[in-house]
Amino acid sequence: MTIAPAKAGWRFRQPSVIPGFGLTLGFSLAYLTLIILIPLSGLIWRSAALGWTDFWAIATDRRTLNALEISFGAAFIAAAVNVVFGTLVAWVLVRYRFPGRRIVDAMVDLPFALPTAVAGIALTTLYAPNGWIGHLLAPLGIKVAYTPLGIVVALVFIGLPFVVRTVQPIMEEIDKEVEEAAATLGANRFQIITRILFPGLAPAIVTGFSLAFARGVGEYGSVIFIAGNLPYKSEIAPLLIVIRLEEYNYPAATAIAAIMLLLSFLMLLVINLAQSWSRKRYG
Amino acid sequence: MEVRVANVRKEFDRFPALHDVSLDIKSGELIALLGPSGSGKTTLLRLIAGLERPTRGKIFFGDDDASQKSIQERNVGFVFQHYALFRHMTVADNIGFGLKVRHGPSRPPAAEIRRRASELLDLVQLSGLEKRYPAQLSGGQRQRVALARAMAIEPKVLLLDEPFGALDAQVRRELRRWLREIHDRTGHTTVFVTHDQEEALELADRVVVMSQGRIEQVGSADEIYDTPNSPFVYSFIGESSTLPVKVEDGQVWIADRPIGLSAPHAPSGEAVLYFRPHDVELLDGCSGCIAGTVAASRRVAGTRRVELEIGGERQRVEIELPVDHPAAQKSRVAFRPRRWKLFPAA
Repeated sequence: MTIAPAKAGWRFRQPSVIPGFGLTLGFSLAYLTLIILIPLSGLIWRSAALGWTDFWAIATDRRTLNALEISFGAAFIAAAVNVVFGTLVAWVLVRYRFPGRRIVDAMVDLPFALPTAVAGIALTTLYAPNGWIGHLLAPLGIKVAYTPLGIVVALVFIGLPFVVRTVQPIMEEIDKEVEEAAATLGANRFQIITRILFPGLAPAIVTGFSLAFARGVGEYGSVIFIAGNLPYKSEIAPLLIVIRLEEYNYPAATAIAAIMLLLSFLMLLVINLAQSWSRKRYG
Repeated sequence: MEVRVANVRKEFDRFPALHDVSLDIKSGELIALLGPSGSGKTTLLRLIAGLERPTRGKIFFGDDDASQKSIQERNVGFVFQHYALFRHMTVADNIGFGLKVRHGPSRPPAAEIRRRASELLDLVQLSGLEKRYPAQLSGGQRQRVALARAMAIEPKVLLLDEPFGALDAQVRRELRRWLREIHDRTGHTTVFVTHDQEEALELADRVVVMSQGRIEQVGSADEIYDTPNSPFVYSFIGESSTLPVKVEDGQVWIADRPIGLSAPHAPSGEAVLYFRPHDVELLDGCSGCIAGTVAASRRVAGTRRVELEIGGERQRVEIELPVDHPAAQKSRVAFRPRRWKLFPAA
């Protein structure tokens, strides 16, 4: 085996024992370009054909704004709900041994696999005013199906596995000794959870949140069945895009898509920055 | 604070980890629990801390029955082998944690906590590292922080579980001396677990030798080394050589020859002779000695280790000679142990 002598001067990357950096990077870039960059730049390209004034008119249209607000708002609320209950589910799965644990564990993945339309129809049936759950809520004046609340319910369903599956492995890695150390120092169970365990899990929880959120923003199949799709009230942005497409109004569709792309990108960027900051600090 | 372990038994899933262990630890003492892995030393330490509950028996802190108290109430400082620092907190926050989680009037004000943390950092010689995170410290530094954190709550006892086990030899020796200094200065009753006999003998006031869930012997380094009370302690602490022998008429025999050792109080019959390989007297002639042919000779640091084959059964035994001793060149060596002990044959 020979080792190539290190070249003097500036290097893009330190030489590594693993060969094939050039090849794998080249492949990764080509792949990303093909799968992600070309379609996205096509999107920008088409919406750019619109011209700035038209673009602005579509972007600030009441219906577009409402749709975006509902999409991002519902996704945010759903991701927040999932963070709480997903972490709880992960906790139960990691910390306790009970009969049927593996079945519950497998069940968490169902929203990944189930066609979203099936999920949407099932949820609508349950939460409709005459459904199993809906008829219990109706006397209380709570309407779930055909309202923004229904959208949240659908997105909670879709997003749950993202939180559970990101938090679970980190939770399994928590060192029992750290908890014991806290206990010997006098911390009670509540203090151990809030001051020791939770901060350790925070990066994973943020990742789970951003994944569930991103999934929620883009979700279409399950939402359109339960949302009722009333313009200005319970119409999500992806649906509005489809409506514009059906009207052959391609520029408007791509304009809304471009706005969604931009907003999603910004939010994910912020979340990623927050994460790399915390990683740098806590190592 | 005195600690008394009274007839404690601990079972894990019906498998006994400790059988009926009793131990008195004096106030201000530095005591080592020494034994091979699986001897129950860590279990005993965790029982004292309250991290485990005894199946039977009690543990007293002074006159208080601590076995009824939770970990939080026991007020012990525990140091783990792998530090168990809180990664998301600075060094100062780690040390102050035990004070911050207190309730009501026992909780000192924030400025006082900060002052205590920097005082303890001075004590463990890490002044100026308050703002660092554990990930930014070396192993030795982390363990010092862990010790400072344990001492911050003014514990009744300080318990250390293989505190230097994860560190390299150099740092380990350094920290060993340093821990002794800290102990002499602060006077905490301290119990530490180790499987390193050198560490135990050098550092502790008294050493507790454990094996298979039982205490074999408790004593000072001298007592443990010079008068081991069981075959296990003899072979576990320091080097030892053994020979199967026979006792008759108060004399020790190998095969059909007396070896010049008298054991007037030993019962007649089969026995095993234990001695230290370096603690032997070399003899020229052989009337009443152990003689054997040299089977192997190895240079080990400052001495020469010679392996002898004794008698017709070619029993192998090891002794140590000075490097330049002429006997090492011979093919036949005769010797007699200076200090030795007989244990009944197993």
